Amino acid sequence: MKKILSGNEAVARGAYEAGIRIAAAYPGTPSTEILETLADEYRSIYSEWSPNEKVAFEVGIGASLGGARTLVAMKHVGLNVAADPFMTFAYTGVGAGFVLVSADDPEMHSSQNEQDNRFYAKFAQIPFLEPTDSQEAKDYVIKACEISEQFDTPVMLRLTTRISHSKGIVELAEPIEPPVEGFKRDMNKYVMIPSNAKKRHVVVSERLEKLAKYTEETDLNSIENNGSEIGIITGGIAYQYAKDNLPEADYFKIGFGFPLPVEKIRKFVDSHKVNLVVEELEPYYEEQIKAAGIKVEGKKYFSRLGELSPYKVALGLKAAGVIKEVTGASMEPAELFPRPPVLCPGCPHRGAFMALRRLGVAVTGDIGCYTLSVLPPLNIMDTCICMGASIGNAIGMEKADGHKKGVVAVIGDSTFLHSGITGLLDAVYNKSNVTVVILDNRVTAMTGGQQHPATGYTLMGEETKQVDFVTLCKALGVESVREVDPYDFKGLLDVFKEEIERPGPSVVITNRACVLMPKRIMDKPYTVVAEDCNGCSACFRIGCPAIMTSTELTDKGKPKAVIDPLLCTGCSLCAQVCKPEAIVLAEEPVAAR
Amino acid sequence: MDNKTTNVLIVGVGGQGVLLASEVLSDAAMKAGLDVKKSEVHGMSQRGGVVTSHVKFGPKVYSPIIPYGEADILLSFEQAEALRSLDWLKKGGMVVTSRTKLVPPIATSGKVKYPDDPVADVKTRAENVIAVDADKIALELGNPRLVNILLLGIVSTDLDFDVSVWESAIRDRVKAKFVDINLKAFARGRELAGHKAETAA
Repeated sequence: MKKILSGNEAVARGAYEAGIRIAAAYPGTPSTEILETLADEYRSIYSEWSPNEKVAFEVGIGASLGGARTLVAMKHVGLNVAADPFMTFAYTGVGAGFVLVSADDPEMHSSQNEQDNRFYAKFAQIPFLEPTDSQEAKDYVIKACEISEQFDTPVMLRLTTRISHSKGIVELAEPIEPPVEGFKRDMNKYVMIPSNAKKRHVVVSERLEKLAKYTEETDLNSIENNGSEIGIITGGIAYQYAKDNLPEADYFKIGFGFPLPVEKIRKFVDSHKVNLVVEELEPYYEEQIKAAGIKVEGKKYFSRLGELSPYKVALGLKAAGVIKEVTGASMEPAELFPRPPVLCPGCPHRGAFMALRRLGVAVTGDIGCYTLSVLPPLNIMDTCICMGASIGNAIGMEKADGHKKGVVAVIGDSTFLHSGITGLLDAVYNKSNVTVVILDNRVTAMTGGQQHPATGYTLMGEETKQVDFVTLCKALGVESVREVDPYDFKGLLDVFKEEIERPGPSVVITNRACVLMPKRIMDKPYTVVAEDCNGCSACFRIGCPAIMTSTELTDKGKPKAVIDPLLCTGCSLCAQVCKPEAIVLAEEPVAAR
Repeated sequence: MDNKTTNVLIVGVGGQGVLLASEVLSDAAMKAGLDVKKSEVHGMSQRGGVVTSHVKFGPKVYSPIIPYGEADILLSFEQAEALRSLDWLKKGGMVVTSRTKLVPPIATSGKVKYPDDPVADVKTRAENVIAVDADKIALELGNPRLVNILLLGIVSTDLDFDVSVWESAIRDRVKAKFVDINLKAFARGRELAGHKAETAA
């Protein structure tokens, strides 16, 4: 049977066909749909959202040692969080097959950096496989399980955004049922005290020699011989871009990327006149091939920044002299306004940022929808480094007396649970004067609305306990923990002011749910009374997509405002900042009691 | 470049149904017996940003991304977005765009300007342009969210798939209670393409 699947859906299907029993992840673009698909379509697999990638990885280790084939998935920077268990799991080796899916984000479509995680496999000295389309994404999960068990090693399946989110036709197969063996106690192998770890490092080294042999033989590293003088060494999505441009060249397609099949590549290169390495991001293949004394060129012609594309590869191939013409565009691109993503109409984060902007404090930020507040017209966020960084950043900045009006950390509910708790603990322990704002919209919103430990539901849809933020923060030792309605602008301003002035750490929790989750929350819309609007533009500056300029102008020629009633959710923030009180409920307002 | 694939670039703003349109088109191509790949970037799609989806089909498709300047068809659900992606269109390619106008907050607050008449700009740069007042027609059909399938109906007359293939793809991809109205919108699109879309609108 054939089906059109995204790379992520194909990985989930592959997990099912490979007989994987346990899967764990924290949501992160572009990896999120792997676990969502598992929970939706392959209910026989236990799947969980863990609070962060490190925990997901550790759960995965336990599952593998417990005898279940296991998959953990994360975005590229998620592996930084999970790097600690990852590096040592490479020493212990696995129980049942263990697949780590690392979904990298070249071009940073939804990420803070574009690190190339192929280096992580080399760093930990474990194998990685890299598919070039959805079919291979599925097949390689099964292959990765086999290699993992054969060589007693975790195996990384490296995806990139264009593999994860592109769709193609996939041939489906029936699942296999690997034997269930349970945990086999082996303290020398699994308890990494120095005396044991020293012995395991030797094992890692021996394993690498076996893998170096395997990579020369496996058909995961394949040669396409078309009788050409041009040899292209490539892998991942770059393979497809090269094929688009030079279908008739000879190809060395790398599906098993660490260790590299150096001798096989040497032979391939020897039999071609021109040899080019086409790879996205860093010169990972190129450096190792050149280090083996093999003559190739790569990054001389292809950028190491951002994504490649059929067009960029065409330009590189032209520069290398192997194609003559690049078609390209027949016209100049239009000069046009940008359309950056914005906070939704009615987004509960908006009020908090309006208030912080008014107060003029330094705002250390974090990862989530609210990071969009850095963009115009809100323009209020001063740092964004990684998950959970806002609180530590604020503590440091405050200790350095960095900003006279005070330092406020803003962090979402899911991000706080991911890695903000320890930061807050530091604020208490080391007597920091920071104010931490937890923007609790009760969902992991940026990645499309996933459950987390404070939502009351698991990934598989079961009801569960909900973390209580107030109790949690108080237990950490924060004396002042206050909840506030982010649709009440004045209330926000007052609470923020008091807490910023208060000595010692304090926490303010905003308590409105994401307007999109679980379904769109709509209240009665507001409208602008045109004759009362003075064109002051205060409502424009809150950055709400429902508020637009009217064709009607004021006497001074300034555009008045209009509100799209289909987009307005009735949050009322614009009405609260409208001095002439021109913004009112669209229907008859309820009489004051 | 010798390229036997058909390349369709679908563009719009988050929430306009770009992804549904590209799903239906891909399914139709597969049902017509072709190889198909498509690519888009998720993550920001619900946040009012630009959404683009590349769909490629033919005997064998390699890259899921259209080579720059080689889209056979540009399908846009917002008029300024048609202009933004127009340089992806190959010489002589077809543009089908809604006259929908979505002004982002960044333009509302006066930092940048939304162009006066993007469709006119598109027409000066490309020859084969169909611009439709799709919002109005969708409302007449009973649901403002039908713009995507309506315009896909127009595009379908330029592609060599059986109507039954399209209808089957729509049935597979649209929620059951919206199937009939979407089939109606699709048929209306084909009708518009038969007449001159511009005047019919």
